[in-house]
Amino acid sequence: MDEIIVELKSVSKVYDETVALDGINLYIRKNEFVTLLGPSGCGKTTTLRLIGGFEQPTDGTILFEGRDVTDVPPYKRRVNTVFQRYALFSHLDVFENIAFGLRIKKYSEKVIKEKVGRMLEQVNLAGFEKRDVNSLSGGQQQRVAIARALVNEPEVLLLDEPLAALDLKLRKEMQHELKSMQKQLGITFVFVTHDQEEALSMSDTVVVMKDGRIQQIGTPVDIYNEPKNAFVADFIGESNIVDGIMRQDYVVDFGGATFDCVDFGFAKDEEVDVVIRPEDLVLIPAENAKLSGVVSSVNFLGVHYEMFVDADDGTSWLVHSTLMEPVGTRVGLGLEPMDIHIMKKVRP
Amino acid sequence: MKRSTLFPYVVWMALFIIVPMVLVLYYAFTVPTESGATWSLENFARFFEPIYLRVLWRSLRLAVISTVICLVIGYPAAMVMSGNAFEQKHVILLLFVVPMWMNFLLRTYAWLTILERNGVINVVLNSLNLPSLNILYTEGAVVLGMVYNFLPFMVLPIYSVLSKIDRGVVEAAGDLGANAFQVFAKVIFPLSLPGVVSGVTMVFMPALTTFVISRLLGGGQFTLIGNLIEQQFLVVGDWGFGSSISVVMIVLILLSMAIMSFFEGEEKDVALW
Ligand SMILES: Nc1ncnc2c1ncn2[C@@H]1O[C@H](COP(=O)(O)OP(=O)(O)OP(=O)(O)O)[C@@H](O)[C@H]1O
Ligand SMILES: [Mg+2]
Repeated sequence: MDEIIVELKSVSKVYDETVALDGINLYIRKNEFVTLLGPSGCGKTTTLRLIGGFEQPTDGTILFEGRDVTDVPPYKRRVNTVFQRYALFSHLDVFENIAFGLRIKKYSEKVIKEKVGRMLEQVNLAGFEKRDVNSLSGGQQQRVAIARALVNEPEVLLLDEPLAALDLKLRKEMQHELKSMQKQLGITFVFVTHDQEEALSMSDTVVVMKDGRIQQIGTPVDIYNEPKNAFVADFIGESNIVDGIMRQDYVVDFGGATFDCVDFGFAKDEEVDVVIRPEDLVLIPAENAKLSGVVSSVNFLGVHYEMFVDADDGTSWLVHSTLMEPVGTRVGLGLEPMDIHIMKKVRP
Repeated sequence: MKRSTLFPYVVWMALFIIVPMVLVLYYAFTVPTESGATWSLENFARFFEPIYLRVLWRSLRLAVISTVICLVIGYPAAMVMSGNAFEQKHVILLLFVVPMWMNFLLRTYAWLTILERNGVINVVLNSLNLPSLNILYTEGAVVLGMVYNFLPFMVLPIYSVLSKIDRGVVEAAGDLGANAFQVFAKVIFPLSLPGVVSGVTMVFMPALTTFVISRLLGGGQFTLIGNLIEQQFLVVGDWGFGSSISVVMIVLILLSMAIMSFFEGEEKDVALW
């Protein structure tokens, strides 16, 4: 389980003028479900294409089980890809699409029938063998694309936003199916998405990227609870990010008051980002609260209310709560020391 | 509303397509008598005399040869133009298209001056102390004229299909283990078949029916079916026989179109090998 299967060593990729990747270091363990997460244009697809061999890095090396594969073409890598736009072969039916890789490898007709048949069962497309791929729904095309890649039993499966085109319900279903397939087959998945919820719910490891750099690598729980910087905090779930000053270890000033916290190791009076999750803020009576303000808007989001509270110093706090206070009410905001996350300011 | 907008087209089609067709059919299936005309298959019987069958055979043969040559030259050209490797691809595209802006007769006459006894080619050969070539008024010259004139009709449809092929599909094939040759054989070529079919159709049809190229570059020695029809109408004045050859021709064309569309329909299975 701990064996490293793919490794990127200070890999950079420059297109003409754009730096798509800027010195990425990343290793992926066998049987791991790794998700590359980040905003549009941050280099997720580029990273995947480098692993797949469709692009050559401008700089750095890519290792596969310790072997340098930087110059190995895609068809010689034991990696298969599910492309962002499926890229099915429109001149072939469902069966032949899935059989494509097996035919290239010259398997016997019998073996091909058997493997493709089993794969079709797995992706719930049994009986679709002779269907024209253009006549399939988005979700079905998606499954064909996954089956076409998986039937080759790759060591690593690369998936580039495979669920982006699906509606919410189908998407949830496919997330579940993909995850269970990955567990069952014991294949390493490298999954690209810009949907943080998808990343958190499916992955063993999340890689958060921005502007061609890795911001943080960790388990979903780590990334959510211990974001390394304000960008990660903001990107993974919603956050309140305000300026603060670290008075000393375990003491921070923000919002016009002094709070106890659990962070240490900053310089005295260092300027920091203070990150607080909206669900960690609780509404309390205004009288004995360090933070207080007036409710300026309320939205009902199904499970909880989303409220903005304008504090006296002008900061607007986002609060998630199952309880609601009407607009114009004066409320206090309570929070525990461990809910205050202190982050070094990143200077752009 | 719909009816009224369709009206001009209906009139147009009636005047310029249906009426001529009916006339051709009428002339083909009748022979004149003193009191008018009677139904007869006499005109068709004549066509099956050996001398005319030889003309038909020659027309088919030259048309097939020209089409094959156009395909062999045109497909790689279309591939180069649709690829990313070549920066100046619009220049090549223009090279193929520009001659088409010029009159068909002029283009063919131009070849006369290149190929003739004292033409460009022989002048160059002579200046190198090489013997002159007799290219003009050979079958080769006729084929050359056809290939030259009809090549763009092969290149353009293939080019347009090739340039629409999603690069992702090509990458997917590579991802699944196909090398460059396999990618071409199993993905690019099958996907480009519709372009090939329409290219072949668009070259084969005019090559089969041309009479200008064979007259100018063949010097009248290589009578093709088009020349035969022209002769019957304009020289001999036998409209009945001319019309019957035209009908045979139309049947041939419909037949080859049927064969072509059969291939287009079978495209899926062709790709399976
Ligand atoms: N072939 C290319 N030529 C030039 N620039 C490119 C090319 N491919 C990607 N880029 C640039 O590299 C950067 C990273 O692109 P990439 O496709 O990896 O982003 P991404 O994270 O996958 O984004 P998205 O979520 O929108 O798919 C972008 O600025 C993009 O414009
Ligand atoms: Mg992308």
